[in-house]
Amino acid sequence: MQVIKISHSKNTDFMAQVERESGQNLSLCYQCGNCTAGCPYTFVYDIPVSKIMRLLQTGQKDAVLSCHSIWLCATCESCTTRCPNDIDVARIMDVLRHMARREGRVAERTVKVFWDEFLNSVRKHGRAFELGIVASYVGKTGRFWTDMELGPKALLKGKLAFKPHDIKGKQEVAKIFERFKEEYGG
Amino acid sequence: MNLAPKYAYYPGCSGQSTSSEYEVSTRAVCRALGLELAEIPDWSCCGSTPAHTVDHVLSAALAARNLVLAKEAGFDTVVTPCPSCLTNLKTAVHRMEDPDFMDKVNKLLDRPFHGGVQVKSVLQVIFEDIGPARLKAMVKKPLSGLRLAPYYGCIMNRPPDVMQFDDPENPISIDKLMEALGAEVAPFPLKVECCGASFGVARKDVVTQLSGKLLQMAETVEAQAFVTACPLCQMNLDLRQGQVNMAAKTKHNLPVFYYTQLIGVALGLAETDLGLDKLIVSPRGILARIGQKQPAAANQ
Ligand code: SF4
Ligand code: SF4
Repeated sequence: MQVIKISHSKNTDFMAQVERESGQNLSLCYQCGNCTAGCPYTFVYDIPVSKIMRLLQTGQKDAVLSCHSIWLCATCESCTTRCPNDIDVARIMDVLRHMARREGRVAERTVKVFWDEFLNSVRKHGRAFELGIVASYVGKTGRFWTDMELGPKALLKGKLAFKPHDIKGKQEVAKIFERFKEEYGG
Repeated sequence: MNLAPKYAYYPGCSGQSTSSEYEVSTRAVCRALGLELAEIPDWSCCGSTPAHTVDHVLSAALAARNLVLAKEAGFDTVVTPCPSCLTNLKTAVHRMEDPDFMDKVNKLLDRPFHGGVQVKSVLQVIFEDIGPARLKAMVKKPLSGLRLAPYYGCIMNRPPDVMQFDDPENPISIDKLMEALGAEVAPFPLKVECCGASFGVARKDVVTQLSGKLLQMAETVEAQAFVTACPLCQMNLDLRQGQVNMAAKTKHNLPVFYYTQLIGVALGLAETDLGLDKLIVSPRGILARIGQKQPAAANQ
């Protein structure tokens, strides 16, 4: 078991920032463990979600932002739905990803690259173009597409479009991303 | 009855490709039920999961562009078949009730959002506007003998304060609609458990594990097929069923229908309008047996 010396690494600015960005009161968590009990992803998490809540209460920025769990959370809303103290735990997990991104910390690179390529596709075409997303994902990760056998199945069924569907307002969508970058440096 | 469309329709990106059968069957069923849909002109991607993992203002802005277009076209209700789109659109509306948040979102948009638009799933509209009783009266080919595992996926009904429809732990809308069609609905304890969501490409192991659990449970409750309302769930259970079988050394062979496809079958709609041939695990055997044997529960 990993033991953390709380007094050495308590970061109160970080705690305040998580509370501000998520709109949640961290001290409401009384560690009942309900969120972890219902989380379908605990089996791949390095830190269970209730323990992330505890680490947040003690301001453990490094431990939280560098963990794998925040990249593997599917926002399934089980924790948020079941928290007896009405804490929006899934929103906190989202906010932790936002912070980890801003700090350039990524424990699950393939997950991040997939999401980034999805958004690049939306920025370019106005809508998500699935084949293009997978192609650039493979390009960026250098990972041979582990789903290769699915390609022919989906193609045979006419389920994968070969060409992106560019919308008329794609410039408007691109501008949303541009303005976001200007405002927040994203 | 020729009413002007009441709902602005947001199809969502996957409807253009991997869930095209959901898209065509949704349109066909709504037409048959007299629910007029007007596609939002030049709609764009709602940002899906990736956007909200980057930033909540960005995510809401991508969703809001579509709400603005719907409003400009004269609609105050947007409907969508896809739970992922639903969640993004509804969360955007919910968060924009805070004026500061709405200001931040509007800074990113060409044309600002000023509220006055609500969002519902097509499922909610069929359940509330038509309802099981009226649907039952329209059935031409009862789905008798078909035992289904109803699978809602994780976000159609959660979190309840945002989604505001059905029960977050034990939803029943699909159950009731399927029973109205004459099908038998198995008690399915994993109705809202996550299938692995969008991790299929980056972390296939996660999806095979979680979807494997769902397939196993469906067999345990002796269902002959899944019925679902979510493109991502459908893809993980159907297209990836072979991967699950490989990873877990199982031999599942369960068709995974969209609820709209089964409504269409029961209403006697043309096969070509329901995209049944697009399903990866063939539903042929099961469809051929419909009506030949009475279901154990509801004899009629
Ligand atoms: S939202 Fe994330 S942390 Fe919460 S239960 Fe689901 S996967 Fe786990
Ligand atoms: S369910 Fe809520 S109170 Fe219980 S451990 Fe999780 S966050 Fe804390």
